[in-house]
Amino acid sequence: MQKVLTGKCIVIGDNIDTDQIYPGRFLAITDPKEIGSHCLCGVDENIAGTFPGGGFVVAGRNFGCGSSREHAPIALLNMGAVAVLADSFARIFFRNAVNLGLLPIICKGINQHVKAGQTLTLDIDAGTVKVEETGEVYQCEKLGDQAMKILEAGGIKPLMRARYSGQ
Amino acid sequence: MHAIEKILMKNSGKSTIQTGEIVNAKIDFAEINDLYLQTVYSFYEMGGKKVWDNTRCAFVFDHYAPCPDIKSAENHKAMREFALKNNLKYHFDTNTGVCHQVLAEAGLIYPGMIVVETDSHTTTQGAFGAMGTGCGATDMATILMTGELWFRVPEIIEVRLEGEAPKGVYPKDVILAVLGRVRADGAVYKAIDFTGSYVDALGVAGRMTICNMAVEMGAKTAYMQPNDAVLEFVEKRAVRPYEVQFTDKGYRYSESYVFDVSQLEPELACPSSVENVHTLRSVIAQGDVKLNQGYIGSCTGGRVEDIAEAAKILKGRHIPEYTRLVVIPASREVMLECITRGYITDLMNAGATISTPGCGACLGAHEGILAPGEVCITSTNRNFPGRMGSTEALMYLASPATVAASMVYGKITDPREFLD
Repeated sequence: MQKVLTGKCIVIGDNIDTDQIYPGRFLAITDPKEIGSHCLCGVDENIAGTFPGGGFVVAGRNFGCGSSREHAPIALLNMGAVAVLADSFARIFFRNAVNLGLLPIICKGINQHVKAGQTLTLDIDAGTVKVEETGEVYQCEKLGDQAMKILEAGGIKPLMRARYSGQ
Repeated sequence: MHAIEKILMKNSGKSTIQTGEIVNAKIDFAEINDLYLQTVYSFYEMGGKKVWDNTRCAFVFDHYAPCPDIKSAENHKAMREFALKNNLKYHFDTNTGVCHQVLAEAGLIYPGMIVVETDSHTTTQGAFGAMGTGCGATDMATILMTGELWFRVPEIIEVRLEGEAPKGVYPKDVILAVLGRVRADGAVYKAIDFTGSYVDALGVAGRMTICNMAVEMGAKTAYMQPNDAVLEFVEKRAVRPYEVQFTDKGYRYSESYVFDVSQLEPELACPSSVENVHTLRSVIAQGDVKLNQGYIGSCTGGRVEDIAEAAKILKGRHIPEYTRLVVIPASREVMLECITRGYITDLMNAGATISTPGCGACLGAHEGILAPGEVCITSTNRNFPGRMGSTEALMYLASPATVAASMVYGKITDPREFLD
């Protein structure tokens, strides 16, 4: 997996729940691209259409709280996000994100400092986020071994496929 | 050790267990609801052939019961095909109700088990002394293939509820008061054990309401030590032998919160966050809150005891013109009981719209969607922006009694006005 990622960011607030990430009225949709087109429409309907591909979502505390819907990380990935940087994550969202290869990075206070449109560089091994425009560097929490094992395999699906094809 | 640790230890085949440790635990029952066709996709994408045990997993069609559109009908069709192909012993179609309620009624929930469902409100099953937790579609697919899931052994928070509830204070008010203090992220990655004399004396329905909303504080799971009411419920229904686990004396919780339930009042979670909790009295003191819709239902507030409180208040009364009250019993069993007791007749005579057991409008899928600018009071569990329809609608979370009382006048009203 790529350990250093650079991209532009958007900045949103605290307690961004799964209804804001992906509202209930779209839950019957199964096409990933179409799911991505509705991403974060509960926050602002224009986000998905203008999101910088390969970019970051920067948020406050308790990102992804609420439902267990996997549509939330599917939407974020298919909108073009590679990582979410937040103060904290809801548990089921965290698991879903790791399983699908979306990076959930705990970076406390970051949404108070960075501005939408800035370019960030995330270094996973170093556990840092650098704001390219200002040179400021923020420390993040490193992902646990279990999460890294899944992410390095490219998500839970390749990991399981490898496990089952061996039998 | 805590009972939750003992459950995790037993199911992972270990002789010791430590907080923070990652364990692979056997899953006693797995449930997939009808939002999660992705589970079937992920199952095949990962090389799945047949489910690991056709007696330990089932679909419950609750979120789209019955289907509101072609897309959800297609999803149901594909899930039925998967269930048939795997010869699943249990199947709960659109005539059954909300998964957490339905599984408990079917005897598939019992003390000491691990149950995983593709729904965040699986914490509800802590009411039975089970370890219940929600997961996403692909985690569920790994369970269907292997019968196991990895867990981090959680820190455990005690929420001690002491005393008897005063008139007009229901389990929903109690859990809202807890949420207001612990906050929406106060238990992220952790478990909550509800203890105390209030819990010891509480019936099955009230226990389910409280454990249900543990996830609104971020909890991985909830727990209540089974009491006689739970054991009586389970004894009649359980499909397998079970073992009640107990927390050792002197177990040290990572945090403790203590509430004197006798001092609580009716509570509201105001728009648009579950942690924006205020006493009903303080909200009313700031002026009238006019309502377009009342909603009684869901895995939080749609059981017989909930509908009984609403029927008691609304019997012989009528909701105002140009307002509506949607009542959706949590299950077929609940609805039949409410019909037998006359509650459904009383509520329909009061102007209520009754709909099929299931999740209904709780998550904004169908059967009671809100338009921009509308205001709703609801016995459900979430009032996030857009949860029940428009992001410009406002939702207040309350007890079923408060919802019913409020719909007498079409404005937020204290239920104690109607209680003798």
